[in-house]
Amino acid sequence: MPAHAHDAPALDPLKRVPLHALHLVRGGKMVPFAGYEMPVQYAAGVLKEHLHTRAAAGLFDVSHMGQIALRPKSGQVADAASALERLVPQDIGSIAPGRQRYALFTNAAGGILDDLMVANFGDHLFLVVNAACKDADEAHLRAHLSDACTVEPLTDRALVALQGPKAAAVLAKHAPDVAAMRFMDAGPRRILDADCFVSRSGYTGEDGFEISIPAADAERVVTTLLADADVLPIGLGARDSLRLEAGLCLYGHDIDTATTPVEAALEWAVQKSRRSGGAKAGGFPGADVILPQFENGAARRRVGLKAEGRAPVREGAPLFADATATDRIGTVTSGGFGPSVNGPVAMGYVPTALSAIDTLVFAEVRGQRLPLRVAKLPFVAPTYQR
Amino acid sequence: MTTLFTDDHEWLQIDGDVATIGITDFAQTQLGDVVFVELPKVGRALKKAEAAATVESVKAASDVYAPITGEVVAVNDAVVADPSLVNSDPGNGAWFFKLKIADTSELDGLMDEAAYKAHTA
Repeated sequence: MPAHAHDAPALDPLKRVPLHALHLVRGGKMVPFAGYEMPVQYAAGVLKEHLHTRAAAGLFDVSHMGQIALRPKSGQVADAASALERLVPQDIGSIAPGRQRYALFTNAAGGILDDLMVANFGDHLFLVVNAACKDADEAHLRAHLSDACTVEPLTDRALVALQGPKAAAVLAKHAPDVAAMRFMDAGPRRILDADCFVSRSGYTGEDGFEISIPAADAERVVTTLLADADVLPIGLGARDSLRLEAGLCLYGHDIDTATTPVEAALEWAVQKSRRSGGAKAGGFPGADVILPQFENGAARRRVGLKAEGRAPVREGAPLFADATATDRIGTVTSGGFGPSVNGPVAMGYVPTALSAIDTLVFAEVRGQRLPLRVAKLPFVAPTYQR
Repeated sequence: MTTLFTDDHEWLQIDGDVATIGITDFAQTQLGDVVFVELPKVGRALKKAEAAATVESVKAASDVYAPITGEVVAVNDAVVADPSLVNSDPGNGAWFFKLKIADTSELDGLMDEAAYKAHTA
């Protein structure tokens, strides 16, 4: 995994997740990540963990991420939804009870402060935000929504993801009602006598679930799931290669405060109701920058990049229009070897004029210009159960 | 034949005035699954400590440095074709390149197997 500019300073003691002891027992190689000690891989290694997730099921600990309950002071979840719409360009009010939606906190310049999941739990909203951003996100929510909502960080819960073609069968052994969930269904479920929050979603491109578990129950529940012959524990290394093949953005890398949703090719995540002419158009930070980009386009765009050769092209590699040009046209924001693609895959920003599929661009790696083609995202077809 | 080791976890097998160079089992374990190897061109003159080859795992790219000064007289195309050899047979089949030794005194600073084992213990 690349070093992260937004990791906590080295002087802060690293925090531990509720499953810390289990990671050590399972041979997890622990590394600092967003202020936490997290497993980057286990004994199987990144390649096998990645392929196992696509073939069977992988269990990921993502307890470093922020879980937040956003509760309406009025008692009406619609009031929490309309309050949250002040901060995101998504239609939160149209998320039905038991459903969730991908969302973005934007800033006044149209940049992205964080990406998150928002679920409607009937009487409140449940948010999952990035670890490195969670303190800032909580402060942001309090600063802007305290008139309408209470902001409750759920710090005594673990969060794990069970991903892969066998995930549903494995989880249904312990919670039969999850089998009927569709992609992006979300809500409280009892699993192994623990009061969990389950969503049918993930960050791998595979069918699967994210499961929030009370910290006191986490080790017992996860140990039971890991006892299944189809399930292996998977570290953050394979989580990164899986999400890259799935074409999913990593906050702080592929999207940040300097990228707009349109530049990031995330138009699909902004519902028509929030765009110009929609019933709830604008009214979020940076709308004056973002909404015109829906009409006029943006100068640059996030694209998939597939190397013509075998050399991985990694984050930070500068991009050029041809083999000799001196003017840099963009940058690779995520890149590496895709185990399921069996070749190098990357994402990066290029001028919109050069963003058409199959456009040839060059990345500079160790002084050489390596040819890449703009490629359709995702690199691996998703298997979401819609 | 003598086998010597560097601090950077490379091995050198010395056969007359030619050194065959690879990375150690310790190094491949640290790297994880190797997915790409780039080797120097035959005929290239390498100075000691110069970046000579690149080995990439799923996780990261690492340089392999020339442990001694010399001219590249052969490279192992088999590891380019199948980088996983670096994981499965690091000490033998996955040699990277052969150098014609320019200065045998540069070998004096390298470790023997016992010293290398102590170094990685």
